[in-house]
Amino acid sequence: MQTHACPDCDLLQTIPNLPAGGKASCVRCGHTLATGTVEPIGRPLALSIAALLLLIIANIDPLMDLSAVGRHASTTIIGGAYQMWVDGEQATAVVVGFCAVIAPAGYILFMLTVLVGAGRTPVPAWVGELLRWADSMRPWSMVEVMMLGILVALIKIAELAKVEPGIGMYAVGVLMLLIPAIEVSFDPDAIWQRVVWVEPKASPEAAEDPHLGPSS
Amino acid sequence: MATALTAAQAGLIGCEHCGLLVQPASTAEPGHCPRCGSELESRRRRSIERTWALVIAATICYIPANLLPVLGTTTLGSTEYDTIMGGVIFLYTSGSWPLALIVLIASVMVPLGKLVALSYLLISVQRRSPGGNRERTRLYRMVEFIGRWSMLDVFVDTFTVALVQLDPLMSVRPGAGVMFFAAVVVLTMIAAATFDPRLIWDAGAEQEL
Ligand SMILES: [Zn+2]
Ligand SMILES: [Zn+2]
Repeated sequence: MQTHACPDCDLLQTIPNLPAGGKASCVRCGHTLATGTVEPIGRPLALSIAALLLLIIANIDPLMDLSAVGRHASTTIIGGAYQMWVDGEQATAVVVGFCAVIAPAGYILFMLTVLVGAGRTPVPAWVGELLRWADSMRPWSMVEVMMLGILVALIKIAELAKVEPGIGMYAVGVLMLLIPAIEVSFDPDAIWQRVVWVEPKASPEAAEDPHLGPSS
Repeated sequence: MATALTAAQAGLIGCEHCGLLVQPASTAEPGHCPRCGSELESRRRRSIERTWALVIAATICYIPANLLPVLGTTTLGSTEYDTIMGGVIFLYTSGSWPLALIVLIASVMVPLGKLVALSYLLISVQRRSPGGNRERTRLYRMVEFIGRWSMLDVFVDTFTVALVQLDPLMSVRPGAGVMFFAAVVVLTMIAAATFDPRLIWDAGAEQEL
């Protein structure tokens, strides 16, 4: 049992310990407050390692190949951002590079480090810091949107020339599924319950009420 | 639950990053979360003004995003320019109407819908409208969830430009519209993150349970 304030409506409520697959929603606004996960560290760690491998393949191999009148062309993800930059659309190139490469890579690498660090007892404070970084990357990681964008581009160009999907595209397709899988199998509370507090004096061992720490 | 009390009413703050419920010494200057070190805020600071500023900026960018071409296709010396709507029409006439519909929804309707939805949420919060809190919170979550999909056309344009480089036979270059379009998506995503849904529930003493 733990008292929480709902992030969407601020209502105070106690969340019971959840069974695996269980879900606690806010009684007032319906926001999902907590989910019960089977292996909150091990499973997302395995998925993150797989995601890292696919991220590398997705960024090295061509997304698609084009051939017309004896000529060939292909592109990678970074190649797309680079061409935008060269063609004078630097701002767009930065947005594409961030949403397609940097944010997904950042999310996967930060999560990987967090999950490896979570194996230590007690969990060091920097793990919490990196978890915040991973959270801030997540909304900007748009692998699934990019996947749909690649498909639409593929079908559009197919009207003009012969195009074939490359290995990179398949890797993006799998990565698109792995990133939400990491998110769903992971329980951030499994980290926060065991992390060393930034201010150890205020931590539950030192405070009288384990759920109410004084602020600085 | 017998009594419905918000953290703010109880003089507490739930940390936005780690979820810890903190009792700050002063509610005016709550300081930092003792567990994760992030700044504590009972409500996102100046949420309404900031969200309005971002919504207005996005609305301004929405106009050139739709009027300026996003792609220019050069075939044997002659160049043809396409706006976002032009791209949708191209997909439709070339027989792939499901894709035309997806691009139309993601590129035209979703950004417009987000701007309207955020404006409505802001006005209703400023007027302290009491009703429909659950529905408005749901609308907010939808805006937050769906926003990223508007980036679709930026990716389509990027990969089209990158692949179709067969000078002098045929080449595709980006137009100025794509930058404004990307700006609309980024600005509305930041606007959604700046808006504080708890403000919806703060209005009115009525407790909806
Ligand atoms: Zn709630
Ligand atoms: Zn915190």
